[in-house]
Amino acid sequence: MLRLTSVVTNYGRTTALHGVSLHVRPGEIVALVGANGAGKTTVLNTISGITPAAKGQVQYGEKDLARMSADRIVRLGISHVPEGRQLFAPLSVKDNLLLGSYTLRRAEKQAHQQEDLQRIYALFPILQERSAQRAGTLSGGEQQMLAIGRALMARPTLLLLDEPSMGLAPRVMAEIFTTIAELRTHGLTVLLVEQNARWALNIADRGYVLETGSIVLDGSAEALLENREVQRAYLGKGYREVWE
Amino acid sequence: MSTDMPIWDQRTETLDRDALRQLQLERLQASLFRAYRNVAFYRKRFDALGLAPEDVETLEEVPTLPFTTKDDLRSGYPYDMLAVPLREVVRLQSASYARPTVCAFTRNDLRHWNELAARLLSAGGVTRDDVVQIFFGQSTLVWSLSFHGGAERLGASVIPTPPVDIAQQLALMQDFKSTALVGTASEAIYLAAVVAEKKLDPRRLSVRVGLFGAEPWSETMRAHLEGTLGITALDVYGIAELGGPGIAGECPVKQGLHLAEDHFFVEIIDPASGKALPEGEEGEIVLTTLTKEALPLLRFRTCDLGRLDAAPCACGRTHARLSRITRRTDGSFIVQGRKLHPAQLEAILAEVEGARPNFRIILDRKVGVEEIELLVEFLPGLSTDTPGTVLAAEDRIVQRVAGATGLTPRVRLVESATLERLAGDAAGAVIDKRT
Repeated sequence: MLRLTSVVTNYGRTTALHGVSLHVRPGEIVALVGANGAGKTTVLNTISGITPAAKGQVQYGEKDLARMSADRIVRLGISHVPEGRQLFAPLSVKDNLLLGSYTLRRAEKQAHQQEDLQRIYALFPILQERSAQRAGTLSGGEQQMLAIGRALMARPTLLLLDEPSMGLAPRVMAEIFTTIAELRTHGLTVLLVEQNARWALNIADRGYVLETGSIVLDGSAEALLENREVQRAYLGKGYREVWE
Repeated sequence: MSTDMPIWDQRTETLDRDALRQLQLERLQASLFRAYRNVAFYRKRFDALGLAPEDVETLEEVPTLPFTTKDDLRSGYPYDMLAVPLREVVRLQSASYARPTVCAFTRNDLRHWNELAARLLSAGGVTRDDVVQIFFGQSTLVWSLSFHGGAERLGASVIPTPPVDIAQQLALMQDFKSTALVGTASEAIYLAAVVAEKKLDPRRLSVRVGLFGAEPWSETMRAHLEGTLGITALDVYGIAELGGPGIAGECPVKQGLHLAEDHFFVEIIDPASGKALPEGEEGEIVLTTLTKEALPLLRFRTCDLGRLDAAPCACGRTHARLSRITRRTDGSFIVQGRKLHPAQLEAILAEVEGARPNFRIILDRKVGVEEIELLVEFLPGLSTDTPGTVLAAEDRIVQRVAGATGLTPRVRLVESATLERLAGDAAGAVIDKRT
């Protein structure tokens, strides 16, 4: 479904991705783990067209995303939940959600908007309770739910999630991750970027480990969780040691 | 021929070629990165060529990478080629004792390895309902280990057997009602001979499939084994430097050995020029590991000669097929599961006799058992007057060869100038009569 081949992405004169190749199959949850600054967010920004690739291919089905604008990419069914949620704080929860369907065609919007809203309220009941409240007054966990809910309003087939656990208490994190795992049953495919490798790999099918702009490992989530290097570097077990 | 046999890893083994190549590229890039970062040997090679791991953007660029040879592995022995700290290594295997190389596995490598052995067994129709008897000799211990892991992964009942004699193997086979045999083809032929000698009806044995490897074997041997034991006999290919079997194996279509392309990237090159050959032509098999963590090998020259066929197979697997391997590029040969080079024997003879002798290595198979015989010319300096001297000299050679290689050859000293002079190097001394 999604396929990156030797993607190079630059930020000005700095190269952030040095030839990244990865793929996501329909219905999969794929985790992209790695330390701060490894380039995880850049991978998502490259896919969604915010920071286009300088080199390489980004294929989504038959389409080449590498030279497509961000709004066209959303219309293809790819929704990006950015790091830090980026909500419209002064607007109500409901208005934030409705804005999520902004890219849909008018007829499509009229046909589905209410039904979609109900679906998202069913997924996150707390959002219905707070539907009239301003988004800025929500707790961190609720804001994350709203950010995911808003992305779902665009009726995506592929969801790009950037650090959903950021700043959340463990109990709230558990709730968010359970919901992400559930999204699959709604026919969604998820590419999940996380610094918290354990949480991400626990719900993922497969994973990639990114290090300074290059993929250094890939494998089933189970194998990566067991990998000693991953454990030391990203799961917080002991310290990384130099052996050469 | 189509088979309704289940495929062990259905999704991966039948992946369309395009998706398979994407998977190969992803894994290759990650492997290159790890090899460059963690192995000084590779880093030096890359730096000398002005190459960075990220320069490989497509699989077509693999030929720009340097080769790794057996000699590189020997000079890196034991720990220089490791890409992980030693304590992450859960298994160390030494391949060949004369000039050793090492093969190392992390926990994850071992998991893959067992999966691959399970694939081979499954391709032979082995399931969890089978009783698998493994009877490789002592010199092919790593083959036993690999298949043992694979059979356990399948959930089959596995009988690991020590290298006991063939009559005892047969007794075990009858007692446990083994349904699958895994071993060398020569031992299986010997087994068939014992079955015939004891006038046992092969149909009364439960065995129905045999996977044979660790040495080259022929279609004649296949026909013989299938006829006398009433089994399906399949070939498996492996190399010690990569850990033994698990690299490629036949499916019941018997039109080549499916190479595990999700774990290995294969090239066929002209051994002389090092250039890629068109698909279908015979050349040296070059393998790059795609998932190995402990000891990644980039463009490893196997010295085995083979052909590649990427056309779809009737069994449904999409992974390319290697032809059966019978020849090697470096003049070395495999006998009783051990790989030897004629130059090794020449060196031993030179030491014993005090000068380089004219000699021949005769390889033959008697009732399935491989034999190695050395014909060595007397050197003029050696006194031949007393038979005792000759016997003692022969004995010395046997002892020395056995000590260095683990093989016990038959040695015959012959009059000087009775053997033709070797035209080239020691590689020409081999006379292979095995069929």
